[in-house]
Amino acid sequence: MDKARPAFEPGGKLSAFRSVYDGMDTFLFTPRETSRSGVHIHDSMDSKRAMIIVVLSLLPCLVFGMYNCGYQHWLACGATEFPFWGLLLYGFLAILPSIVVTYLVGLGIEFAVAQMRGEEIQEGFLVTGILIPMICPIETPLWMIAVATAFSVIFVKEVFGGTGYNIFNVALVTRAFLFFAYPAKMSGDGVFVSLGSMLGLGGQAPDGFTGATPLGQIAVSGARSASDLSAAFSDVAGNHIDLWHMFLGLIPGSFGETSTLCILVGALILLLTGIASWRVILSVFAGGAVMALVANWFATPTYPASFLSVGEQLCLGGFAFAAVFMASDPVTSCRTNVGKYVYGFLVGVVAILIRTYNNGYPEGAMLAVLLMNALAPLIDYCVVEANVRRRLARAKS
Amino acid sequence: MSIGIKIKKGLDINIKGAAASQDAIVERRSATAAVCPDDFPGFVPKVEIREGDAVKAGAPLLRDKNYPGIKLVSPVSGVVKSVVRGERRKIERVVVETGDGGPSRLDNGRAAADAAAAREFLQLSGLWAMTRQRPYDIVPLGDAEFRDIFVSGFDTAPLAVNPAGFTAGDVKALEAGVKLLSLLTSGKVYVSRRQGEMLPDLAGAEMVDIEGPHPSGNVGTMIAAVKPVNKGETVMCLDLPTLRRVGTAVLTGIVPMNTVVALTGSEVTEPKLVKTVVGAEIAAITDGDIADDHRHHRLISGNVLTGVKVEADGYLRWPYRQVTVIPEGDDVDEFMGWASLSPKKLSTSRSFPGHFLFKKAFTPDARLNGGRRAMIMSGEYDKVMPMDILPEYLVKAILARDIDRMEQLGIYEVAPEDFALAEFADTSKLELQKIVREGLDYLRKELS
Repeated sequence: MDKARPAFEPGGKLSAFRSVYDGMDTFLFTPRETSRSGVHIHDSMDSKRAMIIVVLSLLPCLVFGMYNCGYQHWLACGATEFPFWGLLLYGFLAILPSIVVTYLVGLGIEFAVAQMRGEEIQEGFLVTGILIPMICPIETPLWMIAVATAFSVIFVKEVFGGTGYNIFNVALVTRAFLFFAYPAKMSGDGVFVSLGSMLGLGGQAPDGFTGATPLGQIAVSGARSASDLSAAFSDVAGNHIDLWHMFLGLIPGSFGETSTLCILVGALILLLTGIASWRVILSVFAGGAVMALVANWFATPTYPASFLSVGEQLCLGGFAFAAVFMASDPVTSCRTNVGKYVYGFLVGVVAILIRTYNNGYPEGAMLAVLLMNALAPLIDYCVVEANVRRRLARAKS
Repeated sequence: MSIGIKIKKGLDINIKGAAASQDAIVERRSATAAVCPDDFPGFVPKVEIREGDAVKAGAPLLRDKNYPGIKLVSPVSGVVKSVVRGERRKIERVVVETGDGGPSRLDNGRAAADAAAAREFLQLSGLWAMTRQRPYDIVPLGDAEFRDIFVSGFDTAPLAVNPAGFTAGDVKALEAGVKLLSLLTSGKVYVSRRQGEMLPDLAGAEMVDIEGPHPSGNVGTMIAAVKPVNKGETVMCLDLPTLRRVGTAVLTGIVPMNTVVALTGSEVTEPKLVKTVVGAEIAAITDGDIADDHRHHRLISGNVLTGVKVEADGYLRWPYRQVTVIPEGDDVDEFMGWASLSPKKLSTSRSFPGHFLFKKAFTPDARLNGGRRAMIMSGEYDKVMPMDILPEYLVKAILARDIDRMEQLGIYEVAPEDFALAEFADTSKLELQKIVREGLDYLRKELS
């Protein structure tokens, strides 16, 4: 790398790619820069490692998503045998284009902006880039992903100043953009299960098959009681889905968010390494559970989702995924410790609230996190003001 | 009576190369000694001597432009060798060549007569400049009225060495110091002490027993726990050796300028305690004790958190009683360091195996270990800051130069050293101590 350096220095032949070179250099080798002021030793932790650990914690969900993607396809085709490697490879081939497109578009914009500003490339998009394909339905057209990614990287992150300055979670805005701009492709029966074959793998799903997510099924179930509702859940092949299946995650849904088990494995990695705040994650689940109880208490046939039990509410849809990977984003969540409890709790409450009482938006978690992103500075403001008032009171006494 | 305080937040950083307080003390003579005005923030130096003048130890070299009564004094008796000036004729240091002759003697007869006499005595003897005031963490203004006086009785910084015991003479001097200082304040003189430390109760002082990890020895931690500084109030801060100097000066009329320096760090072949003078040459202190391993070394006057980087031909800086030598690290090629699982890596993060090796001593180098970023992770500063301060918000207010907000968030209570641990732990590698220092200077300029 050192040999190639001169070409990238200002005035060199490749100086237009300086930020790319720097990005690669600092990625491969720990920077030799030593401290010039203040402390002489620094913690070995840096933002690269923090981001990579988040990506690592997403891998169980990603791999499970691949398997589940294949599994749902095989089911849709009416298969009775499920070859493990076949399913996995099918899912891998199904998701690969989305991942590649997301990274190409997102990192391309990041590199260009870093070069424009004369800054180092920041690693924030490493996480965003893997999150985006995982929270979209598998059948989302690539060009839509490209457009939505470009929109959110530019207008949600870069215009605010880049990684660390954004108000809203970039990956979630991508999802929200898709949800509102192309609603037909973001919900319904045919988008959550991959239909075509991949390089000869899998078959062609029959016409007229329905692969709605459990949450999608609620709205049309017309359930009048809790038992009605739980009887109404069925998978692609028409088999019944119970809570255990919802927890394991072999059900239709966005690519990475179906398996609560894998999400919990990811949560464990994040909490053990201390990257994510346990305050946020725990209070999201607490808020969700409380709201689910309340909704269940006042269950009514007008809102069939209110018949869902607490366990079902927390396992279904993107709730657990949002709690662990979205709400805990340190940049867009609250920064004060007290604020984190309030923020997390409200994310949980609002997610279940939207999902239960607005049948049009089964994905309440996404909207809840975005809404609370907007409110996080307000919550922090109140906590900070309490500190300020304490200081003023002390000065007066 | 004493106050008991237990600190939970904080961090003891375990670094290789510790010296023990029981070690025999080696005496090392320095051919020259220097006074660096930069070590005395708020002090605007004016020269009182010329090169070639003969001076006695304790005689003034520099005076403050705003309060000419406040002096910086010579650490040794001898001849002024040079007044080194930098850009725009800024005085960088005054170097005195060690010669023969006794120290200068002050008129100590009337020192403790009243507050005005005590103030004049301290200012003329150079002892005033060895203390600090909060707010602003500067040499106290000549006419400052102190609400209270805080003496930090022990040092918890990495590799710092605390005295093994106190003789009756020490205690007598300390108590004389407390007596003099109490003339300057309408409040109390607080002296901190680590639980189980040898320091006995000092007559006239309120003892504060503090338990817990670093920064429990920082004076800021004591102030925050005992009685935080409010807007409009001023407190004086000093350390135990300075208190003893004050007392000795009152008793004998001579300001002792000798000091015991802990020579520590992973690149020191034999860590030890060195007896020398304030402002001694670093080369005289280290004297062949630095490992000859062809690596780049970083010489620090002070500890690894708040110390000053010095060159091999530099001097011991005020107020440090420690010299630390660590690898610089700019000669290391580390492949994908961010992915490392090496137990040799020092970190507060549980993602490094080294985090779980509590007793292990690490050999960190001076690298940043990452790139500078915006503040991304939250709550990192809070974990190591045992004050009722919201560090992230205060730092942001300082960066925004928002004076009202800085006041509201408690800038008067803090000094840069209070942010040292946060700066160490920061994933985004922000220069917090520099930011806080600039904020304090900005505030002082705007409000004066």
